[in-house]
Amino acid sequence: MTMLEIKNLYVKGILKNFSLTVRAGEIHAIMGPNGAGKSTLAKVIAGDPSYEVESGEILFNGENILELAPEDRARLGIFMGFQYPVEIPGLNNELFLHAAYGKGTPEEFSKLLDETLEFMEMKPSFKERNVNEGFSGGEKKKNEILQMAILKPALAILDETDSGLDIDAMKVVANGVNKLLHAKNALILITHYQRLLDYIKPHFIHVVIDGTIVLSGGAQLALELEERGYDWLLTPT
Amino acid sequence: MTTSEILEEKKEYKYGFVTEIETESFPKGLSEETVRAISAKKNEPPFLLEFRLKAYAKWKEMKEPHDWANLTYPPIDYQNICYYSAPKKKQELSSLEDLDPEILKTFERLGIPLDEQKRLANVAVDVVFDSVSLGTTFQKTLKEAGVVLCSISEAVHLYPELLEKYLGTVVPIGDNFFSALNSAVFSDGSFVYIPKGVRSPIELSTYFRINDKESGQFERTLIIAEEDSYVSYLEGCTAPAFDNNQLHAAVVELIALDRAEIKYSTVQNWYAGNKEGVGGIFNFVTKRGRCQGFRSKISWTQVEAGAAITWKYPSCILQGDESVGEFYSVALTNGKMQADTGTKMIHLGKNTKSTIVSKGISADQSHNTYRGLVKIGPKAIGARNYTQCDSMLVKDECSANTFPYIEVANAFAEVEHEASTSKMNEEQLFYLQTRGISRENGINLIVNGFCKEVIKELPLEFAVEAQKLLTLKLENSVG
Repeated sequence: MTMLEIKNLYVKGILKNFSLTVRAGEIHAIMGPNGAGKSTLAKVIAGDPSYEVESGEILFNGENILELAPEDRARLGIFMGFQYPVEIPGLNNELFLHAAYGKGTPEEFSKLLDETLEFMEMKPSFKERNVNEGFSGGEKKKNEILQMAILKPALAILDETDSGLDIDAMKVVANGVNKLLHAKNALILITHYQRLLDYIKPHFIHVVIDGTIVLSGGAQLALELEERGYDWLLTPT
Repeated sequence: MTTSEILEEKKEYKYGFVTEIETESFPKGLSEETVRAISAKKNEPPFLLEFRLKAYAKWKEMKEPHDWANLTYPPIDYQNICYYSAPKKKQELSSLEDLDPEILKTFERLGIPLDEQKRLANVAVDVVFDSVSLGTTFQKTLKEAGVVLCSISEAVHLYPELLEKYLGTVVPIGDNFFSALNSAVFSDGSFVYIPKGVRSPIELSTYFRINDKESGQFERTLIIAEEDSYVSYLEGCTAPAFDNNQLHAAVVELIALDRAEIKYSTVQNWYAGNKEGVGGIFNFVTKRGRCQGFRSKISWTQVEAGAAITWKYPSCILQGDESVGEFYSVALTNGKMQADTGTKMIHLGKNTKSTIVSKGISADQSHNTYRGLVKIGPKAIGARNYTQCDSMLVKDECSANTFPYIEVANAFAEVEHEASTSKMNEEQLFYLQTRGISRENGINLIVNGFCKEVIKELPLEFAVEAQKLLTLKLENSVG
């Protein structure tokens, strides 16, 4: 079943005629050089108001979501894992997660959070600390995956979730993501390197250059990109 | 509160309405005659008239403090203010419910219903409307406990000896320009007396409402907590939206004897003027408490979210050995508001302890200054202070300043100061929104995360109100 359908999307100065279809149960990796528009794509799907969509459509379960506020898209089941998770000083992580989850009493939620932390093999201290405040790079990324585990989105878009992680932290994050995947949800991984794809196996890989997909293929494409880089795709001959 | 309610309310200052009632007002202007007339109106004993006249004489010699505070405003014309305005009484009131229905409606709209059925549970309220107190709820409960909460005008007649003993002893007449002015012309305010060993069974509260366009409000509050007593007192304030600036110059004095504890909370939401900075209350207030007894404690908590100008430094004189002073403050400025606020902790006794937690939030083109003094005297061996000052900026045009003054006169004291500045920005809000949290709720979470150490000091009912108030104010600025 088609979950996300992006049709001929133009975003001012960045994305050009961008199209992508994601079905339930699929994992897509979006790769490409710096500045190609990968992160913009993630933010536009999530509804960042600082980007101007000029034309095109984004359909989620058949419904155009471009007019929806970010919170309404989230409530439909779209989740974005940030490349640079934001620090919110003083806001307790548990309180924040509960507000995001939006259901149950504080006691019920506390129990759910304990169970989720255990399932994700994360430290209980994530409960008491403030949202990303004073977190290391790895802790911030783990906190993103924790949020994903609590919210159980239909579609998760993880923007450079592997950047800045050492190999151990990356394994924790990748294992966490793998545990959350099943036949009814979908994942878009935005990444620079093939490294993460050793741990989370994509069904499709798309190379984005200059705001549009120039090449799509199966998992083996990542290996080729790792070897040859992006240069051979940059200037069409 | 639902989103649509918040959106409805944010359009304007919802307390900005005027109540149409007949008033009895003095002509504008201030002279010895005015002072005598106020005293005569209230049928005051000679000691109080003398107190007022002395203050007036002192005030005439003083100059308005324009040089040191981080505030800019045009000179105030003290002859263009009305110093006494009161709703006309049609008959003697036997209870608050006999008030002019317009006034009852006013307080209902302000969220302070006065009738028996609807009034706030567990909070006794004294309501002050322009220059006079209209009455106090829960008189019976208070009486049974031996707690006194009444207007200061009543106290003059019922407890003259207490008034004569304590009035002006914490904030002396000539302490500053505005306290001298208040001492000369104060019209009403609250008086609280907690006898020895009594813990007040309910929260005490005063609600101040300025209604008249031309009058200033000069209230005077005096709270005395005898040995081993406890009281929690709260004040709230609002005013109509007028295009002229109005002066509010209050004096609050607290006295805590041996092992007594006074908790004083303020949620200030005076009209702050419009977006262009026209109108709004000038809030020049002197609040000070004396921890006179051994192990006494005074705790100030304030949420300052209104007024065009706030000039206010609730302070503690830690005189008794092992006494404790606390100051928890949130000052929010937006539009063209200016706030210069903070505290003074004066350590005189041995092993005295003080805590200062100040949170400043500035938005739009506002200016927000923390100014605090920690003074440790030569005899205050073992004194300790901890100060934390955090500022949050919303967008780029506002400013935040911190001026901590520390004076230590002995070698056996500890003083700690921490400060931070952060920014609320679109990225934070977007981050929360992508987690399914609405924009309003996002602002609420960010602000209340920032202020939580202060908000948790407020009595529960008012903590919720204060949180809503902060969110509403900022929704306009972030929006």
